[in-house]
Amino acid sequence: MSQDWGYQWGLPTAASSYASDIDWLMWLLHAVMIFIFVAWGIFFVYCLFRYRARDGERAVYHQAGESASFIPDGLVLAFEIWLILAFGIPLWAAIKQETPPPDESMTVNLVAQQFAWNFQYPGPDGKFGRRNVALVTAENPIGLDPDDPASKDDVVTINNLNVPNGKPTILRMTSKDVIHSFQVTEFRNKQDVVPGLETMLWFEPTVAGKYEIGCAQLCGLGHTKMVGNVFVQSQDEFDGWQKEQLAEKLGTTGTADARTVTPAADSRS
Amino acid sequence: MKDAHGHAGAHGHVEPQSFIWKYVFSVDHKVIGIQYLVTSFLFLLVGFSMMLLMRWQLAIPTPADDFDPEKLGMIRSLLNWMWPEKMPYGFMDPEFYNQLGAMHGTIMIFLGVVPLGVAAFGNYVLPLQIGAPDMAFPRLNMMSYWTYFVGGIVLMASFWAPGGAPQSGWTSYAPLSVVAPAGQTYWLIGMVIIITSSLFGAINFIVTTLNMRAKGMTLGRMPVFCWAQLVTAVLLLLAFPVLEAGALLQLLDRVAHTSFYIPKDMIYGATVFPRAGGGSPILWQHLFWFLAHPEVYVLLLPAFGIVAEIIATNTRKPLFGYKELVGSLIVIGILSFVVWAHHMFLSGMRTSLANLFVTTTMTISIPSVAVLTCLLLSLRGGSIRFNTPMLFALAFLPMFGIGGLTGLPLGFAPTDMHLHDTYYVIGHFHYVVAPGSLVALMGGLYYWYPKMFGRKMNETLGKVHFWLTIIPMNFVFFPLLIQGMWGMQRRLAVPTDQWHNLPVQGWSMMIGIAAAVLFVGQIPFVFNFFWSLRNGEKAAENPWNSTTLEWACPSPPPHGNFTREPEVFRGPYEYSVPGHKSDYWPQDEAA
Repeated sequence: MSQDWGYQWGLPTAASSYASDIDWLMWLLHAVMIFIFVAWGIFFVYCLFRYRARDGERAVYHQAGESASFIPDGLVLAFEIWLILAFGIPLWAAIKQETPPPDESMTVNLVAQQFAWNFQYPGPDGKFGRRNVALVTAENPIGLDPDDPASKDDVVTINNLNVPNGKPTILRMTSKDVIHSFQVTEFRNKQDVVPGLETMLWFEPTVAGKYEIGCAQLCGLGHTKMVGNVFVQSQDEFDGWQKEQLAEKLGTTGTADARTVTPAADSRS
Repeated sequence: MKDAHGHAGAHGHVEPQSFIWKYVFSVDHKVIGIQYLVTSFLFLLVGFSMMLLMRWQLAIPTPADDFDPEKLGMIRSLLNWMWPEKMPYGFMDPEFYNQLGAMHGTIMIFLGVVPLGVAAFGNYVLPLQIGAPDMAFPRLNMMSYWTYFVGGIVLMASFWAPGGAPQSGWTSYAPLSVVAPAGQTYWLIGMVIIITSSLFGAINFIVTTLNMRAKGMTLGRMPVFCWAQLVTAVLLLLAFPVLEAGALLQLLDRVAHTSFYIPKDMIYGATVFPRAGGGSPILWQHLFWFLAHPEVYVLLLPAFGIVAEIIATNTRKPLFGYKELVGSLIVIGILSFVVWAHHMFLSGMRTSLANLFVTTTMTISIPSVAVLTCLLLSLRGGSIRFNTPMLFALAFLPMFGIGGLTGLPLGFAPTDMHLHDTYYVIGHFHYVVAPGSLVALMGGLYYWYPKMFGRKMNETLGKVHFWLTIIPMNFVFFPLLIQGMWGMQRRLAVPTDQWHNLPVQGWSMMIGIAAAVLFVGQIPFVFNFFWSLRNGEKAAENPWNSTTLEWACPSPPPHGNFTREPEVFRGPYEYSVPGHKSDYWPQDEAA
């Protein structure tokens, strides 16, 4: 592991449809921040040098330019208003307030728990089976109700999210216990996963590959180890994977998924 | 003034004789200020030490492949010996990491920087600067200190609670905090006590500032530091009760099994959590941040005030834009109440609310820019003396600048999606509070030390301390921004458990080394503080040739402060007035 340790700068790979917009904004903001800091710093250092105490020179009592001092305030204000109107509101609306049309995207339920990510796929019928907290066991982590016909073809995976490339995935998220936060840095998005509440996060992957899901909200002793994977596959590969999962589920009895990974459970809390 | 002297029999000029009444249970604002000063510095040391342990862990989170438990180095052996269960072989247990993390934040903010900035300097300097013999309510003042002291003890005692100290972060997000071990109950009780102490102080500061000013000390002639303290006190008074209520509700959730923050059908420990449910985890976040955002300005405003005082004195000229500065402080105070939910863009609150809070957050940056602009322009045309307090005050400007600027991508919701809950946030607020506020407060100590103890601190040691503070601080905090930009989340005991963090793990080693250097760099300061008590250069009334009223009384001031009743004739920063005999014209000097 140690050979990977390094001193990387900047942003990780951008792998979702909106990641490049966020990155552009990030670079813009940082360019402006650096410009302000440097311009300001040059004047600061100049003042320190030019106005250092020297024998026989008195400081200036009357100072003009009070109204001119509002110019930087005004410039910053104008920049910020432009930022909010041009990017802030539209981008936020597109990513967080609106979802892609359901018929052109895939919806997956996420049920987070200490310390695992459980994903529920609706299967070929496109309907999610009912969940019931009373049915939650170690084998049935999301409490899927086997009596609901819609649940028959549902696939449940733990810590592994397979998604098709180039097609939006909508995550409908909730938590069983405490607050978690779903983060995939390459997608430039995250969202808290809150018990008693359904939150939403969508992304459209643009680069096939394996990405890491991290938990971004302190959730207990196993917080660090609450990791999962996103596998971005071509539509064909994804369809094949889903068939395989379904065959496996229907082949075995019960709702247990043979391929699932045991959550990094920590008994202490 | 008259009123205070009317009641002088109670506390005005009677010098208490016995040691315990003079130095321990004193009602003198100066003694209380120094009590706060010493206590908060001790807590800062404790909080810093905790972070050193955590930084040790983060620098090398897991044993290397060739790790040999038989051959521990000196530090690992020591850690293994001190905490055999919490830090076996010097590798930190996640539970201990979370405890130290939560306690570092709580101690630094509520027991360290706020008591230092508000209670220590506010108590000591504010009555002197407005020409008052003491605080309006001296006994309440004493009660404030001792309440704070008890609150601090309760918080520290949580380490010995069953299950250890609180471990849900300093933000104590429910429901994790509700199901956490007993230490969290200590945290809540401790916080309620500390908040009560702050409320005592806030009331006292407001009443003192409004009612106890010397003759001629109009509000428009008050030094910026007094304005900063007044605005801070109002913030504390209005924001803290909300957290107090929130903490009491969480306490009820824990001990009386209510469900203010517990939703329906929560599953905990493999079964349905036995509560009625129906509560909201988001409610806690609203109540918490409704305090905790104004709290940021509670940390910051006294620093603004101190920097303004030091800059005016050491540029030998009036501050640029006194009215603009004071106005900005007031606007910051008001706006700080309407930005809290920018901590919650991704919390699951209604997403359209984000637009409102982005807008208010961007707005509050304007008065902050104005403050920095005024302080910067104050240097122009000056005759700058580079003494130790001035170095700290000057360093505050660019350091706070970085803190403020890095707030921009965080307060802006689309970029916050990537940066939220990463080390970028940690880097940002540490730049505001540590190289920002704390550096300014250090400057304040060097500046007012001669007033407090009658001697100056050693300049050479002070400058050594300055450079050994400011350089390592940047090596500690700047890499955090880089790590956060890459997406490394905060609050990870073992960041290398997640492969996306590996490319930026190397910075943690640099941070660890820099933090250790920073720790060592404080030794000259501690030595200087104690050494100068006896051996420092003797200071007269006004060692910096300053204009404000605290320099018009003896150093240190006696009980009751002023030897004659001060009267104020002019504004606070009349330096280098053309035609005046010297380059400073004290506020109380008759024309």
